Amino acid sequence: MVTKLSHSIIYVLNQDSAYDFYVNRLGFKVHTDAPMGPGARWLTVTPPDQPNLEIILMAIQEGMIFKEDPAKQMKELVKNGTFGFGAFECNDLMATYEELKSKGVVFKKPPTKEFYGYEALFVDDSGNWFSLGEKKEV
Amino acid sequence: MKMEKFGQTFKSFKMKETEPYPKVYLYKRIVQAKLFIDNHYAEKIDLNNISDEAYFSKFHFIRLFKKIYGKSPHQYLTYVRMEKAKDLLKTDAPITDVCFSVGFESISSFTGLFKRITHKTPSQYQQHELLRQEEMATYPLKFVPNCFVEAKS
Repeated sequence: MVTKLSHSIIYVLNQDSAYDFYVNRLGFKVHTDAPMGPGARWLTVTPPDQPNLEIILMAIQEGMIFKEDPAKQMKELVKNGTFGFGAFECNDLMATYEELKSKGVVFKKPPTKEFYGYEALFVDDSGNWFSLGEKKEV
Repeated sequence: MKMEKFGQTFKSFKMKETEPYPKVYLYKRIVQAKLFIDNHYAEKIDLNNISDEAYFSKFHFIRLFKKIYGKSPHQYLTYVRMEKAKDLLKTDAPITDVCFSVGFESISSFTGLFKRITHKTPSQYQQHELLRQEEMATYPLKFVPNCFVEAKS
């Protein structure tokens, strides 16, 4: 029986820059930051309220995951904002929006009332975008 | 704690008639108060002054802060100090240095609170973290899921 999601991947263009974005701007915690041989680094972060869900900030480069051509293609796709990698939750959307904006996070959409509730969309330092909303009581 | 800078920051906010969201200026004040705590946690912060500078009554300020962040300003300040202490204890910094550098004035109150929150004393926590880092540097594949280990090898 599958019991939980332990790891999820976000493909990033540069791990140093992704570290700064996810840790210093979004406020995530570093879970594991381990050298993996020449030019490779295993970097995972966790959202503050989910210390057991590791988000792998995977550098798009030839090697562990990608061959040369797919790596180039993937970099272009990420840079061009092709991928929406998920939906994050916060306690208060307006407050989180104001805070992240003050930290330089770019929003594709400010908090906006949709038929399913208020939602904002922000972009990470690589070009990946995410939905941001408040916890829903269902 | 010098509050002039904080006050100037707040005074720079003006309510705009064109703001797209109701009471956005209130959010901005509370967010600035939160960011002030984030940036000045190591100093002696008088939380009473923050509500004055934010143009709120103390009661109103605490109520709004708690509604948004789920903690009172004082609880949030303690939370930030503890999180920073945890970060610093991942280095070999002396416990006393960590205690004072995150804004505590007494080792015993720092140690007691730290243990109550993490169920470890600061030195136990530090030992555990340093061992984990040593292991991470020596056996990195131990920290990586199997599928990636296979891809790597």
